[in-house]
Amino acid sequence: MDNLGTFLSVLSQGLPFTIIATVGGIALTIVLSFVAGLALLSSSRTVRIIARVYVEGLRGTSEVVQLFWIFFALPVLVGFQIVPIWAGILVLGLNHGAYGAEIVRGAVQSVPRAQIEGAIALNLTPAQRMRRVVLPQAVVEMLPPFNNLFIQLLKSTALLSFVSINEITRQAQQVLVPRFNPQAFEIFLLLLVMYLVMSLVITAVMRTLERVAAARVGRTPSARSRRQATGAGVA
Amino acid sequence: MIEFDGVEKRFGDHVVLSELSFAVAPGEHVCLIGPSGSGKTTILRLLMTLEKVDAGTITVGGTSLSHMDKGGTLVPADDKHVREVRKRIGMVFQQFNLFPNMTVRGNLIEAPTRVLGLSKEEATARAQELLDLVGLGDRMDSHPTQLSGGQQQRVAIARALAMRPDVLLLDEVTSALDPELVAGVLTLLRDLGASTDITFLCVTHEMGFARDFSDRVMMFDGGRVIEDAAPEKLFTAPEHERTRAFLHAVVDR
Amino acid sequence: MNVWDWNFAGQIIPALLNGLRITLVATVLGSLIAFVLGLVLAILGRGPRPVRIVVRAVVEFVRSTPLLVQVYFLFFVLPTFGVVLPALTVGVLALGLHYATYTSEVYRAGIDAVPRGQWEAATALSLPRSRVWTGVVLPQAVPRVLPALGNYVISMFKETPLLIGIGVLDIVGQVREVGGQSFRYVEAYTIAGLLFLLLSYPASLAVRRLERRRAVR
Ligand SMILES: Nc1ncnc2c1ncn2[C@@H]1O[C@H](COP(=O)(O)OP(=O)(O)O)[C@@H](O)[C@H]1O
Ligand SMILES: [Mg+2]
Repeated sequence: MDNLGTFLSVLSQGLPFTIIATVGGIALTIVLSFVAGLALLSSSRTVRIIARVYVEGLRGTSEVVQLFWIFFALPVLVGFQIVPIWAGILVLGLNHGAYGAEIVRGAVQSVPRAQIEGAIALNLTPAQRMRRVVLPQAVVEMLPPFNNLFIQLLKSTALLSFVSINEITRQAQQVLVPRFNPQAFEIFLLLLVMYLVMSLVITAVMRTLERVAAARVGRTPSARSRRQATGAGVA
Repeated sequence: MIEFDGVEKRFGDHVVLSELSFAVAPGEHVCLIGPSGSGKTTILRLLMTLEKVDAGTITVGGTSLSHMDKGGTLVPADDKHVREVRKRIGMVFQQFNLFPNMTVRGNLIEAPTRVLGLSKEEATARAQELLDLVGLGDRMDSHPTQLSGGQQQRVAIARALAMRPDVLLLDEVTSALDPELVAGVLTLLRDLGASTDITFLCVTHEMGFARDFSDRVMMFDGGRVIEDAAPEKLFTAPEHERTRAFLHAVVDR
Repeated sequence: MNVWDWNFAGQIIPALLNGLRITLVATVLGSLIAFVLGLVLAILGRGPRPVRIVVRAVVEFVRSTPLLVQVYFLFFVLPTFGVVLPALTVGVLALGLHYATYTSEVYRAGIDAVPRGQWEAATALSLPRSRVWTGVVLPQAVPRVLPALGNYVISMFKETPLLIGIGVLDIVGQVREVGGQSFRYVEAYTIAGLLFLLLSYPASLAVRRLERRRAVR
């Protein structure tokens, strides 16, 4: 147990990479989710097909394969190597954006038709209907599943250890384990707890957003998120 | 003001309206009555361009909803044309359809600022006037969910009026309300009818209201007008057996 | 150097298919563990309060942390307790454990969806507790959750490649071998990706169809 300080400091050296990858990945995920999610609902068949190919292509293949593909195959095709952490964020965003697109599509479709008709009767343009009426209501529905998605993304950052990004999992496995092999239990338990804390932070932020968003549409948090909250045990 | 000419509307194989023709004069108050499923809502939705006609034409103020004049020939209406005619029409729905992501103020100024291009101050001043008119002057910053059904419906009426429509479509606006809230909304509509020159087309099951609000009542069944008369005549001496049976059933309720 | 060499692509396919076999074996065995252990967790999760709290906490902990780290945990920690297992076995255990926390939630929802009246009727017949579960509740709950379980099998299949972290020569492990020898990565990773798509896309279509069929009934 006396090496705990060493463990903590070595793992902490990887923390900036884990956090940058998570935050950057979440940002890209949000953008791609909305772009692809709305594209799935586009009136243009071509746009819908492109979005469908993206969504099914990325959900249908393995994230590890996507990671290696971007790190080893893409440079051959484009002729240059992307900075590893950017490539990492790209994979995380592309992959989770494909799942997020379905969340956005589902939430937009769940807004009652009557709301859109109310907006048509007021002569709002299609863009205004979407931006001012549909999306603000859909966002409330999106937040709980996005919470899960972001936690999945956080967990996926551990895969970046495969491509020499010195995030916390790589610090544990490459730096600590070779030196303190008999204490593998403590090392990995500490590592797991770090991930747990980060995922609790994500959940706390998302719950706050949920409350704000729900209040804006005059609701208490949705039944679904309440169920999750009571089922969470540790949350 | 409103003219239906040989209008047909189908949902799949189900013909809801066929060969429907009628006209409503400017400033006229017309009520549509008839059994459920007879196509009354569909008529209002066609006028609001929430549905498309399958055959025939509808004109509002002399302008066709579905076609426009382009170099002397009629072509299907584009978005701009539809939005232009829609400006003259307002609609109030059975379920209010207020936007829950906005306060009462937001609901009232959204379209005036974004569609009519009013400034926020102008739109808010007008919203305040209209709220006073519907008796909710102090609820500007309330949330729709904090209001009773009757209050929500009055906000929805104010929201439609804020667009200064020439034609107001009302679809069973009191059907979703608790009985004790119905009278307030109907009184508001009577006042509006007396104080404005808006053309009203309303679907209602409130026969008392239809009788003293309207200039003309149209009895609908199976997608056609089976009787079209002044309320005094239609309610006291209906010509058709079907009308008589319907009125009997409604009054007996 | 050509970006894509069909000849090379043809040469590596046998090795990739061999790797795919390992991937499938790990997925099938991992799923079996996840199905059984998940059910156990779901039933324990309805047990007495202390049991329930512990089970929920464990499930939440495992769900919130990366599978890869759990794989390393088992791989490096088990030997310090004298348990030395082949990498593939460790991988299957980790997959099964991790996914059991997902499937337990699925079962939980399925069990919650069995109407109260069913429990009450079974109690009224004074059926023993074990019979209530095996004879009344589970036969109603399990069919309902099959599509959700199917989705997790597909997810697991796509996550299996992270076992390369402990040296399992699954499909991606094979790609790294052949790619590393020849320094040709485009063909290998592209084919690997396509193989995943080829299996998982039809599988998810099948699950969606199953979902729709259940929704109709
Ligand atoms: N979107 C739709 N799809 C299919 N059928 C519809 C649709 N809207 C209305 N209908 C049918 O059209 C008929 C007329 O409906 P509606 O205009 O709502 O009647 P009313 O308002 O007089 O009760 C009904 O038989 C109804 O089932
Ligand atoms: Mg109706």
